[in-house]
Amino acid sequence: MGPLTFNDIISTEWNYVIALLIGLAFGYILEASGFSSSRKLVGVFYGYDFVVIRVFMTAVSVAMITLLYLDYLGFLDFSLLYVVPTYLTPQIVGSIIMGLGFLMGGFCPGTSLTAVAIGKIDGIVFTGGIWLGILGFSEAYPYIEDFNNSGYMGNITIMDQFDINPYTFAFGFAVVAVIAFTAASMIRRKVKEIQY
Amino acid sequence: MEFDNKQLRHVYWNPYFGGLMLGLLIAATFYVTGRGVGATGGTKATVVSTVDLIAHEHAEGQEFFSKYVDEDKNPMKNWLVFETLGILIGAFLSGSIKGRVNFRIQHSPKITAKRRLVFALAGGLLFGVGSQFARGCTSGAALSGSTVLSLAGFITMIGIFGTAYVFAYFFRKLWI
Repeated sequence: MGPLTFNDIISTEWNYVIALLIGLAFGYILEASGFSSSRKLVGVFYGYDFVVIRVFMTAVSVAMITLLYLDYLGFLDFSLLYVVPTYLTPQIVGSIIMGLGFLMGGFCPGTSLTAVAIGKIDGIVFTGGIWLGILGFSEAYPYIEDFNNSGYMGNITIMDQFDINPYTFAFGFAVVAVIAFTAASMIRRKVKEIQY
Repeated sequence: MEFDNKQLRHVYWNPYFGGLMLGLLIAATFYVTGRGVGATGGTKATVVSTVDLIAHEHAEGQEFFSKYVDEDKNPMKNWLVFETLGILIGAFLSGSIKGRVNFRIQHSPKITAKRRLVFALAGGLLFGVGSQFARGCTSGAALSGSTVLSLAGFITMIGIFGTAYVFAYFFRKLWI
């Protein structure tokens, strides 16, 4: 039963090999979908290219439904999967900072790595920026530590917070995704074509 | 999808096919490792090990770094570092198959290359800081987090995309 490395079905020595292979597939898929192009990515905010929404929401729906289904069939213990901890205020602030970073830089960290791999200098500079940003954060840590650890709510899920059935939620998310894809296609037809 | 031989480098996968592949990969990652994918953690490990190399005592004294530097623990011996190396190799493979590998600065014809790089640096800086406050970036928090229905995953997903939509107007000259 999964997760495999938790239940000692795969030994931890294989961890780094697995990491490399997963990364390889991740990088390949992102690049092949066009995520190494900042102008293609940012199109989602100006209505001339919706590849981000299409790939992102398809991926989340597929992965969510697959994992819930594996759990339902007894192949996987969903409750053992890592849940990102919620720190409400710093997370909202951090997301706003990242949203502005996306608009200015045209990448997010994963996509900028794929741009680095194919020689885009803007991607290399963006990744250098991430590096400096983390360095700045860590040097300033004593001053921002209290804020950074505020609003802690634990490693909680949507089910913990809103008392909703996960299957209903996953179905709802997939429906929202299909509506978003349809809306994206309608908007795309009305927006002026951009060459890049 | 346009299949134009003259512009072969702009021929990408169908986005729904890409999404399907990405979704299956994330599900497989959780099934095997119990965790999702990430893209900032590898960079963070290089920051920690660089500071440790240049100023070891400083790194040990600071609470943020001391979590990662121990006598018997190398910060570069980290799952996300190997995954990041994989991302670079995988993207290079895809790019070279389609002939997209070459050194260049991609920018809107309405702005200069220098302006593009200044804003790329600024954007990277913001992502570096923001991802630490949020406990993950678009990959680790928004994509992987929301897959397992983490509340934090949806907060970051809505936060990043919502903010970008609200402020898109002010940065339009960079892109369109």
